Amino acid sequence: MNEILLRHREINNLDQLPIYRQHKGFETFKRAITAMKPEEVTEIVKASGLRGRGGAGFPTGTKWSFIDKNNWPHYVVVNADESEPGTFKDREIMESNPFQFLEGVMLCAYAVSANVAYIYLRGEFWQLAAELDKHIEYLEREGLLGDKLFGSEYTLRIHTHLGAGAYICGEETALLESLEGKLGQPRLRPPFPPNFGLYGKPTVVNNVETLASVPLIVERGAEWYRGFGTEKSPGTKVFSLSGNVEKPGNYELPLGATFRELIFTHGGGIPGGRKIKAIMPAGASSSLIVADDKALDTPMDYESVPSVGAQLGSASIIVIDDSVSMDWLINKTVHFFQHESCGKCTPCREGTYWMRHLTERIHLGAANWNDVILLNEVATNIKGKCLCALGDFATEAVTSSIARFKGDFENKLQAASVDMPAKVGS
Amino acid sequence: MAEALATKTEQNLVTLTIDDRKVSVAPGTWVVDAAKQAGIDIPVFCYHPKMEPVGMCRMCLVDIGRPLVDRATGQPVLEPDGTPKIQFGAKLETGCTIPVSEGMVVRGYTDKVKAARDEVLEFLLTSHPLDCPICDKGGECPLQNLTMHFGPGESRYIFDEKKRLAKHVPLGELIFLDRERCIQCARCTRFQSEVVDDPVIGFSERGRSLEIITFSEPGFDSYWSGNTTDICPVGALTTTDFRFGARPWELRQVASICTHCPVNCNTTLNTRREAKAGGQQVVKRVMPRQNEWVNEIWICDKGRFAYQYTEAVSRISQPLLRKGGKLEPVSWDEALSAVADKVKKAGSKLVTLAGGRLSNEDYFHIKKLSEKANGLALLYCQMAGGDLVAQVGLGAGSNLGELGAGSAIVVIASDLEEEAPLWWLRVKQAAERGATLIVANPRRTKLDRFARHLLRYAYGEEAAVLHAMLDSFSPKKPDQAESVKKLLRDDALKVAALELTQAENLVVFYGSEGTDLAASNALANAAANLLIATGHVGKPNNGLVAVWDKGNAQGAWDLGLRPGEDLPAQIKEAALLYIVGADPAGDDPALAAAVDGAQFVVVQELALTKTAQAADVVLPAQAFTEREGTYTSGERRVQRFYPAVPAVDGTRADFTITAQIAAALGLKLEEQIGSLAFVPLAAATESYKGLDYGKLAEVTDQWPIVGRADVYYGGTTYDNSQGLGVQLSSAAERGQSPALSFAPLAEPAAIDGLVAVPVSRLYDRGNTILPSKLLSARLEAPQVVLNPEDAESLGLEMGKPAKVTLNGVTTLVTAHIDNSIPKGTVLIPRSLGLAISGPTPVKVAA
Repeated sequence: MNEILLRHREINNLDQLPIYRQHKGFETFKRAITAMKPEEVTEIVKASGLRGRGGAGFPTGTKWSFIDKNNWPHYVVVNADESEPGTFKDREIMESNPFQFLEGVMLCAYAVSANVAYIYLRGEFWQLAAELDKHIEYLEREGLLGDKLFGSEYTLRIHTHLGAGAYICGEETALLESLEGKLGQPRLRPPFPPNFGLYGKPTVVNNVETLASVPLIVERGAEWYRGFGTEKSPGTKVFSLSGNVEKPGNYELPLGATFRELIFTHGGGIPGGRKIKAIMPAGASSSLIVADDKALDTPMDYESVPSVGAQLGSASIIVIDDSVSMDWLINKTVHFFQHESCGKCTPCREGTYWMRHLTERIHLGAANWNDVILLNEVATNIKGKCLCALGDFATEAVTSSIARFKGDFENKLQAASVDMPAKVGS
Repeated sequence: MAEALATKTEQNLVTLTIDDRKVSVAPGTWVVDAAKQAGIDIPVFCYHPKMEPVGMCRMCLVDIGRPLVDRATGQPVLEPDGTPKIQFGAKLETGCTIPVSEGMVVRGYTDKVKAARDEVLEFLLTSHPLDCPICDKGGECPLQNLTMHFGPGESRYIFDEKKRLAKHVPLGELIFLDRERCIQCARCTRFQSEVVDDPVIGFSERGRSLEIITFSEPGFDSYWSGNTTDICPVGALTTTDFRFGARPWELRQVASICTHCPVNCNTTLNTRREAKAGGQQVVKRVMPRQNEWVNEIWICDKGRFAYQYTEAVSRISQPLLRKGGKLEPVSWDEALSAVADKVKKAGSKLVTLAGGRLSNEDYFHIKKLSEKANGLALLYCQMAGGDLVAQVGLGAGSNLGELGAGSAIVVIASDLEEEAPLWWLRVKQAAERGATLIVANPRRTKLDRFARHLLRYAYGEEAAVLHAMLDSFSPKKPDQAESVKKLLRDDALKVAALELTQAENLVVFYGSEGTDLAASNALANAAANLLIATGHVGKPNNGLVAVWDKGNAQGAWDLGLRPGEDLPAQIKEAALLYIVGADPAGDDPALAAAVDGAQFVVVQELALTKTAQAADVVLPAQAFTEREGTYTSGERRVQRFYPAVPAVDGTRADFTITAQIAAALGLKLEEQIGSLAFVPLAAATESYKGLDYGKLAEVTDQWPIVGRADVYYGGTTYDNSQGLGVQLSSAAERGQSPALSFAPLAEPAAIDGLVAVPVSRLYDRGNTILPSKLLSARLEAPQVVLNPEDAESLGLEMGKPAKVTLNGVTTLVTAHIDNSIPKGTVLIPRSLGLAISGPTPVKVAA
């Protein structure tokens, strides 16, 4: 099903403004401005139960209602930094369904009474940013964006901004720092952006997919939206499927669809007749789920995934088959996090660096079991002590794979005995 | 009344439990500070009590519990025994970022917390080189100390996997960075941007590659750089001065006072025996000593790095007597008897000229000698108003650190960071706390960006600005000067003036930017009038402050010395010219000629200055590091300094020498002991009455807590155990109600063509900074500063040579261009090779 976010797959040329307008595009925005109070927009979104698609799953309408109304101006910042390995949904939405996304940004801006919105894109999205700039210009020419819209007093401008290649800038406060022109490092929270955001002003930071969901919610109503998904996780979600799977790609499914449905019904199963071994449901930040029947039949929603020991996160489902050994896999993820740690807090800066050396040695077979124990301890020591979530994320694959796929490490290190002194890989 | 007050204060406090101890602190206090106030240590690295918390290092993780509240009823949930049920978080929290709340329970001793401290420390040590045996910080290092308390006994990290980084990275020539030792706490970068507004260092790269870099030219271009080495919790930042110079535990600590400017920062001189000094003590470094009323825990780089003049090789160690046209070494007896002879004959033609850096005891003796002979006691100074400061200066108990919302500060005719850096910092911070800051200066200064009102005027109008402010809210005087009438049409000035009248507290700083002695006098008068008229005198946190060019000018004024109104003439007429700690001949060719004109010249000095070379008798004096005494700051705080190193053989203290000269006139003054010399001084000087060395040495508890056991917390700044000094009362406070006195305001003399005006620079080429090898590259070059239009019409370019003709003397200097200075004006920094005492016609050519 491509009902909401990936509508462009069903409707040709939806990325053309006239076509988007033929499908009631921007009518909702116009109606909101001319006939609705900002709070009414927020109320519909609240009632729809839409939850943030960036990974944390925080109720979107509630976030909007938190914005401090005694401090002005307000800002809307779109997190289009899409950097989680295995996540590639926002890119497709912005490329192929850009006006729905922009209308979502505009509805959000109106709902929180912001007159300026920024779209912060990862640096590699420079072509996309140029396209969005053209779209924004087009909207301004068409009178859909700009000063005193539709004869009201409401003015809105949207600007795109490119990051400089740091994963941490997907963390909302690091993103704000970077947008302000500073070193991209996370801020202390609280205060949260709705109180102290961009330039210290109340700010709503939302993911691309979240905002792209908004126009149809406001157009068709909360009840319609709640017709998809589960009670606590309503609506549809784009699942980015990758790894050892026949048909990787983006799939829009209702929240609550099972892993089995995604991987085998839509994704065509595992290539080469191999067996599925593990699933990382939230990209590199994910714990590894043992892909047994129980896991495969688990609904993919915010409440159910934790029952098999992981989080839904941004729903970047990485499929791992039995040709992969976990020592290789965690060496990959830890390298990534070590490279992307911003360095602001001690456990993440030093811990990811230490873990990298350990996973490297383990992967090269130049370690013994004590090193696996040490790796597990280092990961445990990082967990729960960091300034932002990156540090914790860096440990998820490590601790879960050691706990759940111990055999992989035993096989790797079978030659090395516990008593053997550790050797350094050359 | 007292009881009611106590209850009220208690109500305003938040009570929490830290490590089973009940603690009551002000709301908004961070948990780590609350613990510190109760004497409980929560280890920190990135947190510093003078800066906003960032929660980066994670060393202060503690278990924090809060009273559980029933959501339905809003009532606290109780335990079976009736005490509130405390709910602890799943994760540990950083004590430095969590403000206290009522009923909070903080535990720093649980296994979970202990483990966390061990783990964070282990993480930090994985990248640390552990080169304590060769590290300058060793012995006073927070990381070293905390590692002794926490952390595993052995490393689980493989040595060969350690990241090797550069160990000798100069951030400019004053501060070195050891990249391996840096723990990325950002104390230094935050200090530079948040505290002193010089964001010239920052982080580059990310993750484990995060490193401190400087992006100024020259590197680490800030007057405050040395402070970062005090607050650096490891040996990453060290000063070139102390680098590999000594181990901290070998050092003696001697309390002293910085004399470079009128702030009189409290310092600790660290000394050690050295072979180069024949086994005697020498000064190894100058460190800040906490005095929250004066310099808090900071000092500027001039105070830290420019101390070598006291130990310069050019120090004289034997009296010299002119024999056959040549200065020959003689005994003290011979030199003193030669002077005694002249002093008896000179009578009222004894003219004493004293520099602004002597001690109060020295000035007292000079004044006594002068009175006895009925001679003149002159202060070598181009600023006036010390008498007014004594009348309406800051009241006793003032603290610039208390000024905030509701208070107003005026800074006029002063580039405060250049003239008195710590005052700049404290004024800036007061403005950040909400004080109304009015900066009045003809050109841009670093204080501008913190000013609520910025008043620009033409050089020469400084007093008129204050007259106009006063006139804007008081009954108009019809006979105002034309310049005042013009300024009165300025709405910004009127708005600023109105705010002054409404302010609860008002402090006025006046400097000497562009002024000569007469203009300074008019300015000081106008400033005093403004304070009197608005009722801001005779109480704490109100009053007048002179930004003197020398450290103890206020003390000299208090003890009766006055600037010479026509110095060349007064010098020339002397039968005996007795110059103490001043170098007029070196400063100004006109004064050199005047000195030559005096009948007999006695110079009392550290080194053979130009003036000393022209003397008939030269008497070698002791540096302030070699003796005891007291200074009086611009805020009129009297403070003691102590002998730190043995005196150079053959030298005597200034007050001793003066006493020995006075003996020739039958005047008996204390010759040996500073504390005894202070007794008659205090008795004879009204505002100093009741003071003695004991009182000046008293201390009280200060916040933040600093000191050797607390280096992890406040840094290596020394705690103050040797005296906070005493702030004098003003005459207004003692009930001598000051009256408005309107000196007629002279219009500035009209000068055709370019006018040179004097300004002050911190890194000038004065006698006290010139011998500092460390700062030599930072000293300003002889220069003129012009408006871009003037520069263009004269064919001058930035950084290119310019020929300056001033008072008939032509000098080759460098041209600087500043678009904020008025057209037709040429700035000439004082003590930078060109003699200038006030607005003077000047010719500049390419």
